[in-house]
Amino acid sequence: MQEIALSARNLSVHYGDKPAVKNISLDFASKEVTALIGPSGCGKSTFLRSLNRMNDLIPGAKITGQILIGDEDINNPATDVVSLRQRIGMVWQRPNPFHKSIYENIAFGPRYHGIKSKKKLDEIVEESLRKAALWDETKDRLHKSALALSGGQQQRLCIARSIAVKPDIILMDEPASALDPVSTAKIEELIAELKKDYSIIIVTHNMHQAARVSQKTAFFLNGEVVEYDQTVNMFSNPQKQETNDYISGRFG
Amino acid sequence: MARSTERQQAKPHLVEEWVGRIYTFLCILLLIVTIFSMVYFVASKGLSTFFVNKVNIADFFTGVKWSPDGVPPLFGALPFIFGSFSTSILAALIAAPMGICASLFMVEIAPKFGRKYLQPVIELLAGIPSVVYGFVGLSVIVPFFRNVFPGQGLGIAAGSVVLAVMILPTITTITTDALAALPSGLKEGSYALGSTRWQTIYRIVLPTTLPALLTGVVLGIARAFGEALAVQMVIGNAPHIPHSLFESTSTLTSAITLSMGNTAMGSAQNNALWTLALILLLMTFVFVFIVRWLERRSKI
Repeated sequence: MQEIALSARNLSVHYGDKPAVKNISLDFASKEVTALIGPSGCGKSTFLRSLNRMNDLIPGAKITGQILIGDEDINNPATDVVSLRQRIGMVWQRPNPFHKSIYENIAFGPRYHGIKSKKKLDEIVEESLRKAALWDETKDRLHKSALALSGGQQQRLCIARSIAVKPDIILMDEPASALDPVSTAKIEELIAELKKDYSIIIVTHNMHQAARVSQKTAFFLNGEVVEYDQTVNMFSNPQKQETNDYISGRFG
Repeated sequence: MARSTERQQAKPHLVEEWVGRIYTFLCILLLIVTIFSMVYFVASKGLSTFFVNKVNIADFFTGVKWSPDGVPPLFGALPFIFGSFSTSILAALIAAPMGICASLFMVEIAPKFGRKYLQPVIELLAGIPSVVYGFVGLSVIVPFFRNVFPGQGLGIAAGSVVLAVMILPTITTITTDALAALPSGLKEGSYALGSTRWQTIYRIVLPTTLPALLTGVVLGIARAFGEALAVQMVIGNAPHIPHSLFESTSTLTSAITLSMGNTAMGSAQNNALWTLALILLLMTFVFVFIVRWLERRSKI
């Protein structure tokens, strides 16, 4: 029996009256990569953003259902979203480094969670950059602007930044879709490495990427999960017609 | 045959192109000529104080006595320069925090309400004629200061408060646009690391938009610096450096508006006023350069 990092129970998201995610229940295994695939507008990004309550920031979004970490329902309004987001990190499609130095980008989170000692921060910065496979490229210019990094480096910096607050789960919203193939390959390698320590949920448009990096895949269509299975099974032997049509490129 | 008809068709377009080109060029030429002749005029008049009337430049900028009609005439413009800088900077010190906080409220805290109701109200403030500000200042703020603090109530404090209200819309409008233009990804990135809204504002929003925020403040100062009427109504217009914020003094603008009707063109008194105008003009250039520089910095 696999350990569960996070489960969604009957999760629905409405923007105004429009349902974007309909009654989804999924379990995400601990220390594994789960890919969410599906055509544009199928609700996979909305679903992902609900998991660390980022949809709270969107006016008019209504989220019902439960999101469980252990027995705790984090979709409960009483949940402290600040400490929740410390446990569930997020990386976006477009790298969004802060307009600060590389060091300050990484130290930003830990500093706000009360770490003041310079030595401790130095350690966290180095460890996070090493884990994000960015240390060798940046160790000589930690105090230079993060904006001078290439797109792929910036994205790895954003991953390092979310690792720095020591989350259990990392959500990735098409983390490589704005990058060139070489940078994409590096991000994928990194994901494979990170799953030793973290549970990763990744939204991707690229089915080959899903097949390469994930252990489980959920196929979304029109706000619902059509199929959820081991990635190997899903791509070799899809159970549903829609899944088969999508992964064989007949639509999407 | 076919070719020649094509040419005939092409001709009217060419004429249109040229008419448009010449017309727009003439417009910009007129604008440039106007600006250059104005600068030249103000500069030639203003500099003749020093070169024709032989007033010492150092005395002009450091002298504290202004009595153009005296014997000998004294042209110490320091009180005006001091008055202009102190009122505009004080006004910015009052208005900048208020304006930036108002923008934060409108953009970050209550965007719906802010955009719909607050912004139009603040923009309305910008449309009120300056004489109305001056009048209100004279009837409300000056008596208030007179009752609460020693002195007549006229002076730098009253001038700064009136100017602060006047430049508030400038600062608020520009800073609101700056905050709204911040890529939302940065804020989300900060929230996703578990920071609170306040931490996000303080650590990400404000530092990232700082050059643009400063642009708003500098434009506010520039507006305060150039404002004449409202300031003249509440500042008292005594040509000396005051000992307190509630003592009558003057600014460059108020000195010009007050005396320009009483001097003969070409006289030393008149030229001295042009010199004050030249200082105002040069300061405006300085403000424009600062804004340009800040804008370049805000584009990363």
